[in-house]
Amino acid sequence: MTTLGHELRVSYAFVERNFNLVKRYWGWEVVWLVYSVVNALSITYIGAAMERISGARVDTSYLVLFLMVGTLVWHYLAVVFDSVSSMISWERWEGTIEYTFMAPVKRLTQMLGTCVFSIVYGMLHTAVILIVVAFFFKIDLSQANLLGGVLVLLAGSLSFIGMGVMASVLPLLFTERGAQMTNVIQAVLLLISGVYYPIQALPDWLHPVARLSPATYVLEGMRQSLLHNADLASLWGFVLPLVLSGLLAIPLGMAVFDWGERYAKRTGKLKRSG
Amino acid sequence: MDDLALVVDGATKRFYSGSWKGWPIPGLAPRNGKAKMVTAVDQVSFSVRRNEIFGVLGANGSGKSTLIRLIATLLIPDQGRISVFGLDVTREEMRVKRLINRVSVDAAFFKKLSPMENLMYAARLYDMDARSARKQAVEILNRLGIMAESIYSPLENMSRGMQQKVAIARAFLTAPILLLLDEPTTGLDPRSRRDVQEFILDLRRSHDATIVLTTHDMEEADRLCDRIAIIDNGRVVALDTPQGLKALVARGNGRDPTLEDVFMDLTGKSLQEEGEREG
Repeated sequence: MTTLGHELRVSYAFVERNFNLVKRYWGWEVVWLVYSVVNALSITYIGAAMERISGARVDTSYLVLFLMVGTLVWHYLAVVFDSVSSMISWERWEGTIEYTFMAPVKRLTQMLGTCVFSIVYGMLHTAVILIVVAFFFKIDLSQANLLGGVLVLLAGSLSFIGMGVMASVLPLLFTERGAQMTNVIQAVLLLISGVYYPIQALPDWLHPVARLSPATYVLEGMRQSLLHNADLASLWGFVLPLVLSGLLAIPLGMAVFDWGERYAKRTGKLKRSG
Repeated sequence: MDDLALVVDGATKRFYSGSWKGWPIPGLAPRNGKAKMVTAVDQVSFSVRRNEIFGVLGANGSGKSTLIRLIATLLIPDQGRISVFGLDVTREEMRVKRLINRVSVDAAFFKKLSPMENLMYAARLYDMDARSARKQAVEILNRLGIMAESIYSPLENMSRGMQQKVAIARAFLTAPILLLLDEPTTGLDPRSRRDVQEFILDLRRSHDATIVLTTHDMEEADRLCDRIAIIDNGRVVALDTPQGLKALVARGNGRDPTLEDVFMDLTGKSLQEEGEREG
């Protein structure tokens, strides 16, 4: 219990530090928030304009909700993935990586603090976007299963944390291009996970690949709960794979990171500021 | 606890860079003429007694910083063994980390954060009580000449010398019993350098700390260090007290030899010479 208390206290170092950085980089945060809001609005307006584009009758409000859910869920998952995966590239950029790695902190504790921050930050960021988007569109969530949506989102966070931990090793191994490589992972997930379209729109050979992406289950589960008012029992089919893949991805991510850290210490890669 | 604070026994560290079809692959062992191997630390052995200030003198690229990184658990030695108070730095890494801290030549901070925010981050990493850490941080920073108004402003607004003082304050805050100072006064003005040197002496007196100090400053080494190892091309070429080292060199031009004379005599180069072995 004492050890757990110690690890929780130490993990708070990363939560506090990251929120201090958010506070100090407030200008950048404002720019990022404005960009995210505009991006969400632009995509959602595609749904609103579909009748005009196609000339055919379309259930516009359903399409708006479909795209809005995709935009917001993807934004949240991308923020979580980004916060975790950029844990190393950020420290490299600031030049603090050696200091943090020299501190008596278990990597699991560091990850825990980073993940807590990323979930809280992601939720806050997404909530602000939702509030702004709600001003522009008539959104009816009266029939939505909000609790189910939150459950699916939290279950999906586990997998994204695990993938983020795995991706964070890239800047450790590739000092100059590692951060950009994590963007490639995000881009592939965006393509195959049915963020803005059902995965059935993809070529047949991509369907099995799409089924390997946790984001596919998060998005389908969220749409079922928010658009079709699916109950908790029917959401189980989405939550279970997400929890299982999270339970697999997090230890795997830790093992990959541990290997990467040892490699960096053998080859002197922690030193370079990239 | 062991009377020997640090034992370095045959430590060796090599860095490789290789290539595959023209693509650089750092870390790959050399297999052809294009690959390169650098021995940054070569069979280095010495021990440091508890409460000693041990100096490491060497030109740029001589292997000083690599040696400090090996002790600080930031690098894994290829050969040899390093122990801190009897704990192996590779096998008992976490326990060693609790005993040490390091100040590097480049003050590594979150530059947008204030000194206080950076120090509180350090305090939490070392699981210190936040309230008392905040109080101690102010005391240490004031003592190093950093005024109250600067403590809560972003570090990027401070001069390099002031940033280096904050780095030293951060290391002192966590009360390490083995402090690794890698050229801590490089870039400081004479007044700041003197403040830091006094603080180092005081830390040894009041906190029973052992200090390993790398420096280019001969006067500093002479003033602070109980013993000094001179390192050249990754190897220790001499190790003794400042007086013992000076005794190795004959008097010249009717004056007593300085540490610089000793260094020139033993290595054939000046301390400012650039090397290629480390950054």
